[in-house]
Amino acid sequence: MSALATYNFAYLDEQTKRMIRRAILKAIAIPGYQVPFASREMPMPYGWGTGGVQLTAAILGPDDVLKVIDQGADDTTNAVSIRAFFQKVAAVAVTTRTAEATIIQTRHRIPEAELTANQVLVYQVPIPEPLRFLEPRETETRQMHALSEYGLMHVKLYEDIARNGHIATTYAYPVMVEGRYVMDPSPIPKFDNPKMHRSQALQLFGAGREKRIYAIPPHTQVVSLDFEDHPFTIQHFDRPCALCGAEGVYLDEVVLDDRGSRMFVCSDTDHCETRRAEGHVGPEGMPSGYGAKEAAE
Amino acid sequence: MYVAVKGGEAAIANAHQLLADRRRGARSIPALTVAQIGEQLGLAVDRVMAEASLYDRALAALSIKQARGDMIEAIFLLRAYRTTLPRFGYSDPVDTGAMEIERRISATYKDLPGGQLLGPTFDYTHRLLDPSLLEDAAVAAPVRRECGGEAVGRVSDILGDEGLIEPDSREPLDKVPGDITREPMDFPLSRDERLQALARGDEGFLLALAYSTQRGYARTHPFAGEIRIGLVEVEIELPELGFSVSLGEIRVTECQSVNQFKGSATEPPQFTRGYGLVFGQSERKAMAMALVDRALRAEEFGEDIVAPAQDEEFVIAHSDNVQATGFVEHLKLPHYVDFQAELDLVRRMRAEQQDPSTASREAAE
Repeated sequence: MSALATYNFAYLDEQTKRMIRRAILKAIAIPGYQVPFASREMPMPYGWGTGGVQLTAAILGPDDVLKVIDQGADDTTNAVSIRAFFQKVAAVAVTTRTAEATIIQTRHRIPEAELTANQVLVYQVPIPEPLRFLEPRETETRQMHALSEYGLMHVKLYEDIARNGHIATTYAYPVMVEGRYVMDPSPIPKFDNPKMHRSQALQLFGAGREKRIYAIPPHTQVVSLDFEDHPFTIQHFDRPCALCGAEGVYLDEVVLDDRGSRMFVCSDTDHCETRRAEGHVGPEGMPSGYGAKEAAE
Repeated sequence: MYVAVKGGEAAIANAHQLLADRRRGARSIPALTVAQIGEQLGLAVDRVMAEASLYDRALAALSIKQARGDMIEAIFLLRAYRTTLPRFGYSDPVDTGAMEIERRISATYKDLPGGQLLGPTFDYTHRLLDPSLLEDAAVAAPVRRECGGEAVGRVSDILGDEGLIEPDSREPLDKVPGDITREPMDFPLSRDERLQALARGDEGFLLALAYSTQRGYARTHPFAGEIRIGLVEVEIELPELGFSVSLGEIRVTECQSVNQFKGSATEPPQFTRGYGLVFGQSERKAMAMALVDRALRAEEFGEDIVAPAQDEEFVIAHSDNVQATGFVEHLKLPHYVDFQAELDLVRRMRAEQQDPSTASREAAE
């Protein structure tokens, strides 16, 4: 710990935190609008959650309980690394239990359990600009947002349907926030999009490399883009979680051998463990205790 | 039974321990000291300082050692340290005209006041491997001439006195320069912000872009007006004292390119400038920076924008190697949630293709 003595609580200096908090306040005031901020170099690489880490560092207090997930799981390497970082530089309490956390930093998922008013969900965002792959220039996309000129996005979605019969966007599916700004929800599966709508929790999005912060304040309207004759739908799995039997949750496909055997299990590891602790058993699960231990490893 | 293929804290700790072992290498070989890196791999240290935007030879050498010689990793280490340092203030503009010259060449004049001074350069060496370096052979002391002490004027000033080249800057003297490390970049950038971004930009990327302008992707007709390397004094004005005090000297490389300009309705025909300034000795970077700087001024001079090197958003948004390496390498992180979504879609589309009768029904879902 002595080598870290020269770093401030939660790594960033207080002036930087203040700058980030100002950007957060502005982002909350204009839901879905991307606020530029003077993103700092962080001691982890760009693209590995530096935006989320800066948001968390700016809002984290000594009494917070932090949960970090990647792909829905607490034990993926990058989630482990980010959690360890905050334990080291902020000595903050950490948890894997969604219900216990006050701040949840996530990459690519929204927890299955409904979030509450005293929780903040911090998203790691690689490309904050939903129009980026339609128009690479920042000067152009900024103007398109200013004028609410989102025709290009609708044309793209329409072309998907014309070519494939589907909207071929399965993750990072664009949403309209409070009827004003089209927003990239970060690369969460579109399965998670409805959870953003009127969520009780504050949702903050941080893109470190692209130097943007945006937010969805609690109870904000978030609508996934679609057409009247092609309404937005989410992925459906035709089987329950093999371990806990949960239905209507997002599942990971696990390849069991080289003969094509597959198994589908909850992507949200805390959700799966909580259910198994409550006695739910899926078709391939073990009774509570044994399976829970194994999956947590 | 399902075994989760997930990395835990123990796996990460073990990986880092192995990394430390590989960094040290065979224990029978003496460990490299930071002082050795600073003294004998000085140009590597210079590059790390330049692209990390932090002038500290010892820390740059340490980061090279810690990064096992991976330059971008070393730059990243030093940047992540730099960003935690408080900003006390901004120095006065450095006067490169008052530089204590170590090397100074001009390709536009055969001889000029102050002379041509080759200095410690690889130029005109024959690139033949030197077996004597396998051993610690004695190296003769360098021949030095007595330094006159008077300032060596800049080539651009010789042209400027005749009005043949545009002025150093069109900005008012009291303009407060931007700071790309403290304010978010906002395209289009002012030239001072652009030069800051180029100064910390990746040497290889800028080199390739500069090269592209020479091969016809935006021709800017450059001459190496002057390249100078040496020590300059950094001064800061202290409000309490009301005058400037010296913080010390830093070594920098400056390149001023001299480029054509045919003139416009308001401007007479005159030469224009590209500017490069880099920490330490790095001629390649300074020259590449000057060429790219000039190419990026295309709009200012009403030139057609036809090539990548003239496109500010393209160049600046992709010149930072710490950002670039992070984002390219983030593809190593798990993406299986998104991949699952794509798998599902591809399977569904394949099923429809094989059974056309379902296509319209599924599409309506």
